[in-house]
Amino acid sequence: MRRAAVSSAARLVFRRDLTLAWRRWDEVAQPLIFYVVVTTLFPLATTPDLSELSKIASGVVWVAALLSSLLALESLFRSDVEDGTMEQWVLSGQPLGWLLLAKVVCHWVLTGLPLVVIAPIVGTALGLPFAAWGTLIVSLLLGTATLSILGGIGAALTVGVRRGSVLLSLLVLPLAMPLLIFGSRAVMMAMDGDSPAGPLQLLAAIFFLVLSLGPLAMSAAIRISVES
Amino acid sequence: MSLGDFLHMGGYAGYVWTAYGLTTMVLALNWVSARGNEAEQRDLAMRRMNIDKENRT
Amino acid sequence: MWIWVHKFGSPPHAYRLLGKLAPWFGWPALGLILLATWWGLVKAPADYQQGDAFRILYVHAPSAWMSMFTYVVMAVAAGIGLVWRIKLAHAAAAAAAPIGASFTFLALATGSIWGKPMWGTWWVWDARLTSELILLFLYLGYMALRSSFDDPQRADRASAVLAIVGVINVPIIHYSVKWWSTLHQAASVTKLAKPSIALPMLIPLFIMIAGFQLYFGWLICRRLRGEILRRERNASWLNEAS
Repeated sequence: MRRAAVSSAARLVFRRDLTLAWRRWDEVAQPLIFYVVVTTLFPLATTPDLSELSKIASGVVWVAALLSSLLALESLFRSDVEDGTMEQWVLSGQPLGWLLLAKVVCHWVLTGLPLVVIAPIVGTALGLPFAAWGTLIVSLLLGTATLSILGGIGAALTVGVRRGSVLLSLLVLPLAMPLLIFGSRAVMMAMDGDSPAGPLQLLAAIFFLVLSLGPLAMSAAIRISVES
Repeated sequence: MSLGDFLHMGGYAGYVWTAYGLTTMVLALNWVSARGNEAEQRDLAMRRMNIDKENRT
Repeated sequence: MWIWVHKFGSPPHAYRLLGKLAPWFGWPALGLILLATWWGLVKAPADYQQGDAFRILYVHAPSAWMSMFTYVVMAVAAGIGLVWRIKLAHAAAAAAAPIGASFTFLALATGSIWGKPMWGTWWVWDARLTSELILLFLYLGYMALRSSFDDPQRADRASAVLAIVGVINVPIIHYSVKWWSTLHQAASVTKLAKPSIALPMLIPLFIMIAGFQLYFGWLICRRLRGEILRRERNASWLNEAS
């Protein structure tokens, strides 16, 4: 019997997750709404003055993106582990890393990508100039993608844990701090008119590192969660 | 250097002695915790041992 | 060599060996720490810039060093446990975590105390302190993950994955924090770095680090014994154990 190619298995996983998410549209929308709500908190907590807000705009847009992404990550693997699908995948002989990566990519398309679309609008509301939009989008694309994989590792480790979302955030946020540093700083440099190439390149380097090692860590973590 | 001068630490007494005091406390707490943990585990293990023995006889 | 490792890895042997090893770490550790304390507080001359406050270096820097050293030890032990499925290695990682966390806390506290007379504030976002803070988060996350599992094997293996992911991240975190902290300083000098000081003032630092390392050895021996007892609660060899 011919084993299905990995790529078609991965594509199937991707399409399945997309279909499932389509049926629960509100669950996909919630992190986005959370994002807008959180960013609104900052002007309320500080000042309505755009020139003052612009000093923290980059930071706020980034931190809120981190928190919203983490919120959505908790349920990434839960239902599949609970109904036994994950166990089947582990036993299937397909390279687990690819299947998990397909799930993470789908998750990113549903949460990370919309965040990147909304972020410039939210940023403008905080005084972010149009000149920084390009850097904002590129940095968030890399950042949210990296975070999805890091979060995937965390989600795989905490999948059986009661109230695991706080623990997940505790585990992932320290690991995400370099992303925050480079991403936010890149946008600030763009706002000042300097070239953000340095931090953006570092961001890209981190992304590729996490992309290459992440699926390995995720599959190790899933096996541990499923096998006991 | 007199004892008074030594304790005074050139005016920084509060900072220096607090820092060294904290260090002593942390090191001592580690000591207590490590020994206490070992004793507690040995206790629990011995008790388990005895319960098993009783159950078997 | 593998036979020796397997023999050592067996709980009763390890338990006994650690018990015998501990005093060899403990007494020299005590001696060196006391020596370093005396040397640092009494014998070493005061710094011409910072006065006697710089003596805090002799407890701050060794704590910071040990906090990082312990994390690496923890991650390596966890990795060995994960790859070769050696329970003793997992136990060592579990034993190391609270020790490392306490050193990290101490580094932060002494760093903060040192900062007040020098820089006027109880906290500065300088590269070293910020890195130590993030390291503390990593330790706390590790310990939180461990305690969230009832099954000890899952706890061991899940936290091992986390430790390995963490240790790979640590250089990235260090570099990014360093980069971040130099953006607003003309001179890219870590505020709480060792000031460029003369050798006579460095000697107590090295002695203290050596003392702390040996103390770590003693702590690991004792804590590891506790871990072995906890994991081997039902084993019959305990009857003959001292």
